[in-house]
Amino acid sequence: MTHLFFSLTLTLYVVATVAYLSCLWRTSPALTQWAFRLLGAGCVTHILSTIHLASKLKHLPLTTMQESLSFFSLAIVACYLIFERKYKVTTLGSFVTPVALLMFVISSALHSEARQLPPILQSNWFWFHALLAFASYAAFTVAAGVAVVYLIQRYFLKVKHLGALFQKLPSLETLDAISYRCLTFGFPLLTVAIISGSIWSEKALGSYWTWDPKQTWSMIIWLIYAALLHGRITTGWRGKRAAILSIIGFIVLLITFFTMKHSIAW
Amino acid sequence: MNIIVVGLSHKTASVEIREKVAFSSNQIEKPLRELTGLTGIIEGIIVSTCNRVEIYATTRDIAGGIARIRRFMAEYHRIAFEDLEPHLYSYHSEGAIRHVFRVASSLDSMVVGEPQILGQIKTSYGYAAEYKSSGIILNRFLHKAFSVAKRVRTETKIASSAVSVAFAAVELAKKILGDLTDKTVMLVGAGEMCELAAKHFMNCGAKGVMVTNRTFERAERLAEEFAGEAVRFEELFQQLHRADIVLSSTGAPHIIIGPKDVEDVVKRRKFRPIFFIDIAVPRDIDQKVDDVDGAFLFTVDDLQEIVQANLAQRGVEADKAEEIISQEIGQFHKWLSQLEVTPTIVALRSRFDEIRRTEVEKTVAGWKELPPDAEKRLEALTTAMMNKLLHAPTLTLKKAGQGGRVDLYVDALRQLFELEAAAEEDEELELEE
Repeated sequence: MTHLFFSLTLTLYVVATVAYLSCLWRTSPALTQWAFRLLGAGCVTHILSTIHLASKLKHLPLTTMQESLSFFSLAIVACYLIFERKYKVTTLGSFVTPVALLMFVISSALHSEARQLPPILQSNWFWFHALLAFASYAAFTVAAGVAVVYLIQRYFLKVKHLGALFQKLPSLETLDAISYRCLTFGFPLLTVAIISGSIWSEKALGSYWTWDPKQTWSMIIWLIYAALLHGRITTGWRGKRAAILSIIGFIVLLITFFTMKHSIAW
Repeated sequence: MNIIVVGLSHKTASVEIREKVAFSSNQIEKPLRELTGLTGIIEGIIVSTCNRVEIYATTRDIAGGIARIRRFMAEYHRIAFEDLEPHLYSYHSEGAIRHVFRVASSLDSMVVGEPQILGQIKTSYGYAAEYKSSGIILNRFLHKAFSVAKRVRTETKIASSAVSVAFAAVELAKKILGDLTDKTVMLVGAGEMCELAAKHFMNCGAKGVMVTNRTFERAERLAEEFAGEAVRFEELFQQLHRADIVLSSTGAPHIIIGPKDVEDVVKRRKFRPIFFIDIAVPRDIDQKVDDVDGAFLFTVDDLQEIVQANLAQRGVEADKAEEIISQEIGQFHKWLSQLEVTPTIVALRSRFDEIRRTEVEKTVAGWKELPPDAEKRLEALTTAMMNKLLHAPTLTLKKAGQGGRVDLYVDALRQLFELEAAAEEDEELELEE
């Protein structure tokens, strides 16, 4: 059963990604609609697959790298779908869906041994913390996609090369607005995720802050996005430097996600 | 029935000739009546714009109809026919349908994709309908042309890109600033291009206008026109941060706005983007301003390049449009052909029936001792004979409607059986509808 949902999700994600990429070349309202629907359908089957896995494991599938990566890609897709609904920016999807697809494919290539869940992780605070962390990661991923598109548009405007792609991509202002929304959505989530993580740490290990690598780097990521948000609100950090910082924040986030593990051995 | 087109356009005649042949729209009734009064011309429409004068008509006699319309154009405007004739083109049947579809879709215009021609043709059609110079065929034809034009506009990008510098500026502004509602425009100096662009921005929702000029009175005058605010030239840099779009066109021989000034402005705006358009020659704004983060600078040359690229793009879209038009021609031509078949069959039948009844009456009248059911039998006999005789031709005619020989058959039948008089009666009835 898991396998069925998984194959469906993979197929739908692949077709949706191809559709979104095609939108960069061909303008067609039908193509736009179908890309959205296919991605939405993929999201649904992905959720079903996750629920099914959760019911088999008897806990949320967020503990191994494979599970986390799959959940990360699900969060990205869900987050993107919400933003596309709101801002109607299909071409942004061409930059975000490949990321989600890549993560999903990698997750399927990894192995996950069935094992007993250690008691440390059997805390509700852990699940809460993990869910929020992924939600914020998804928002920051979309923000990074927006930043990339922003830099592309800005480049076209500066070299005065205003071809078909330029016309298709959204205006700088729209991209800026979406980026800001991503920040105001993701940053509070990250804050609460770190706090709830500390609470879990206290319950599981007796200390709120252990300076373990993952915790430390999460703080660094938090500081980067705090600076971004603060700069935006006070001195108006917009445009090029905000975009670059968004991308840097995302890269740090990715590296932390893949390499850092909580130093709790399990 | 055939559709014919006679006329001239910017492609075949200079503006001096076009002026001489133009029909004025407030005196269109007289030429329309004269047009439909010409021998062989049944329906007519006159389209007269600054770039073309064309007459669309329906006739059974293609060569004669075209010749008569050409003479009409010369005589009505009192020009020597020899002077006008080399500039005139004419089309008939499928060529005429294609030409009108192309013109309505703006493919024959000076700037392909321009929106005015469709409105102009609609207006001309309105007059023809009002004065009843157009009838069932031209009405249907023009309606079809309008829907083809709409298809071309929505299914190709032929009309979607900016082909004037002012429009290009507005499109760019939208890409930088997003929605233009409530944005502020500043005019530095004065000039036609500046004002035109400013008008376009206002049309798109820009609310605030500031005008500055070395001569404050000029600034005030221009500001009044836009219900905006005049700013003293000395205060330019104090107020510049309030503008989202800056149009600069002073006569100054040197740079007025430099990168340092813009850096300050951008900081004051908290890096909200600001769009500079430099129309002046020599330039008012230093090129290095474009390197400032948050500022975007375009000169008239940059905008011109955009316009050229868009025009080239329209060329590509025009091919798609021709495709659409070819599809639609087939459909319309089919309808036109079928229009002929039914009335012809009806006319033929009624002619035969007329003869039949006359003969039966004559026979019955001259019969001294008529058997009781004789009349009924004669009716039956003659009707059966008529039906059998007409059966094959009727079927053939209906089938020919799918192919291309229908004009040939219909024409032959009408001539051979002298159905013209009956046909014209039918058409008068249809025109009245």
